[in-house]
Amino acid sequence: MNKEFVKFDKVDKSYDGKTLVVKDLQLDIEEGEFVTMLGPSGSGKTTCLMMLAGFETPTHGEIYLNGKAISSIPPHKRGIGMVFQNYALFPHMTVYENLAFPLRVRKIPKDEADKKIDKALSMVSLQGFADRMPGQLSGGQQQRVAVARSLVFDPQLVLMDEPLGALDKNLRESMQYEIKHIHESIGVTVVYVTHDQSEALTMSNRIAVFNDGKVQQLSSPDELYEKPVNSFVAEFIGENNTFAGEVSDISGGKCKVKIANTEILANPISIKGKGEKTKISLRPERALINPSDKMDNIHSGKIEEVIYHGDHTRVRINLLGNNQFILKVPNSSANMDIKLGKDIKIGWNSDDARALDPK
Amino acid sequence: MSSETQKILTTDGIPLEVSLKKAERRNKIKAFLLVAPLLLFLIITYVFPIGDMLMRSVDDKMVTEMLPKTFKAMEKWDGKELPEEEVFKAFYLDFRQLVDEKREGKLSTQLNYTKNGFKSIIKKLRRKSKNFEEGNYKEQIMAVHKRWADVEYWKAIKRRAPAYTSQKYLKGMDMFKNENGEIVSVSEDRRIHRILWLRTLEIAFFVTLFCFLMAYPIAHLLATLPMKYSNLLMICVLLPFWTSLLVRTASWMILLQQQGVVNDFFVGLGLVADDARPEMMYNKTGTYVAMTQILLPFMVLPLYSVMKTISPSLMRAGKSLGGTPIVAFWKVYFPLTIPGIGAGCLLCFILAIGYYITPALVGGASGTLISNQIAFHMKSTLDWSFASAMGLMLLSGVLAIYWVYNKLVGIDNIKLG
Repeated sequence: MNKEFVKFDKVDKSYDGKTLVVKDLQLDIEEGEFVTMLGPSGSGKTTCLMMLAGFETPTHGEIYLNGKAISSIPPHKRGIGMVFQNYALFPHMTVYENLAFPLRVRKIPKDEADKKIDKALSMVSLQGFADRMPGQLSGGQQQRVAVARSLVFDPQLVLMDEPLGALDKNLRESMQYEIKHIHESIGVTVVYVTHDQSEALTMSNRIAVFNDGKVQQLSSPDELYEKPVNSFVAEFIGENNTFAGEVSDISGGKCKVKIANTEILANPISIKGKGEKTKISLRPERALINPSDKMDNIHSGKIEEVIYHGDHTRVRINLLGNNQFILKVPNSSANMDIKLGKDIKIGWNSDDARALDPK
Repeated sequence: MSSETQKILTTDGIPLEVSLKKAERRNKIKAFLLVAPLLLFLIITYVFPIGDMLMRSVDDKMVTEMLPKTFKAMEKWDGKELPEEEVFKAFYLDFRQLVDEKREGKLSTQLNYTKNGFKSIIKKLRRKSKNFEEGNYKEQIMAVHKRWADVEYWKAIKRRAPAYTSQKYLKGMDMFKNENGEIVSVSEDRRIHRILWLRTLEIAFFVTLFCFLMAYPIAHLLATLPMKYSNLLMICVLLPFWTSLLVRTASWMILLQQQGVVNDFFVGLGLVADDARPEMMYNKTGTYVAMTQILLPFMVLPLYSVMKTISPSLMRAGKSLGGTPIVAFWKVYFPLTIPGIGAGCLLCFILAIGYYITPALVGGASGTLISNQIAFHMKSTLDWSFASAMGLMLLSGVLAIYWVYNKLVGIDNIKLG
């Protein structure tokens, strides 16, 4: 497998010559991988996708596809499949004609094309819809047609630009699995753009978190969630409790951080020495009420708010001067004494408290 | 399924359908009352004048009413030999009455339309008839002028007996009913209307074509440029709308005349010699140029409104699927603009086919259209029935085009904005 199937090499992009939308982007994508570009709007992820597709040109740097520089190749010669945000199905053509379009322009004989179209339609379980017009299909079906059309000419690479953005929640989830399964079964390389983190976590092999025109972290979904390398990623992915403080000691893979009037133990990730400002990130599910004595951070706080969620209860606690500290408490009989205004003890392991950049 | 639906009753036991109709009747009445003023306005200003035009174009009662006794007497006449004394007597009596009412001039005009030569002999008859003696009117009338003894003139009078006629329509097609009641074309050197009809169609067609060729890129630019620039361009497109048609046409006269700006420019560039300046006005060229410019917005706006709705991602999709820009345009973009093209072309063509002011001012002799001929008959010859007939022919031509368009493209496939 080609480790550098897609390679962004020091790519810059600016639209107005004043600000950079993409800054010095360095990104390698392996063949057969499902990589998601995740980030808030305006973070440059869609621009990257458009540069890869050929609708935008890099201001500086080069993009390689399978070892070939592609900046000077027009979009229609790149052979990249693309699924657009609003599907971009041709409204005046039937589903069959939509799928036949890429085959026809490649002058593939009709019987061979028909086979490919049948295969693509069965892949998205839309057999028998070939003669419908896109307007006669539901949103989910249109989406499947768009996916089938992007795959029907056997491209090496498929780009998806927020393809599920317009669907309702249930449909979106089932489509996520469907796209994931298609990817697994045909082994095509997929670059997927979304701002929905749960979508990214569900589908991807690797996720590139974009912010401010830069890739903040490129890693597998679990690593991204468990081991964010900076405060932006920690806050963007999942829920996060933070403490801002100053490092007072660092030794033996642990650090002491001074917060309010106390010190807590944390895992030093991006800090080098004493006196540095830092922000500690702790996932809500890693902090426990009624902690065991083995935990090396135990503090007490006051319950400010209790929100019932059925299977769990979200508890907002004022802890060490942070009154936005969130806990997720499983709904079990042992935890029935959570009442507003009560003081409780909360504990966590210092490994889970990641001391990151102060941002 | 339907039988089940019919059984549904409201809680009062009234069938649901009846109840629904009752509930909606009030709204329907309200809606009708809201549109009633407009409906009335349309009937008064549109349906009524057109109906009146239709009546006028076939109406031929004037002569029928002026010579009632004559036509009654003529019923028995076989129309081959000169009529009997009875007819002459009836004609004399009718004629005396007309002279008393001073309406004989109108009669002479009307009869002259049917056959040349009536004007002078009616004038002469009026003078002489004052001294007619009672009895033997045939001899006396025939003595006034030798044409009165010619059976062709009496046949011509008889042809005017019916109250309704199609002769104005035939005249509009350069045809007429001859003495034997056959429909024949007029001699070739007098076929002006056919030339005008063909020229009108030709000019309307080419003006529409030029408008389309120019408007398509403009509309595309309008639809794709960033708001900042497209607004400015839109104002440029609309600016002519805010200027009087007459002013615009007059400015084309200034530009196109032989000593005008365009010619000066060509001479300045050395493209044409100063003493051989091309004539760009008072011919078809002038009509083409001015009408294309004036009708351009009517093509741009429907195209723009359709192009605005075409998502740019469709062209991108076409390209990313492997279509060259030309293929993507031709297979994806162009078919989606057809509703706008249809609307724009229909609008331009229909406006062009009835255009009046511009061809009248810059068209000269070879660039005038059928509408100028209609205006000529309205204002100069005062033959309103002929003008009405031609107006209706123009209207039916437009309706025919509309029908053909509906058959070819489908009228619901049109988008004006």
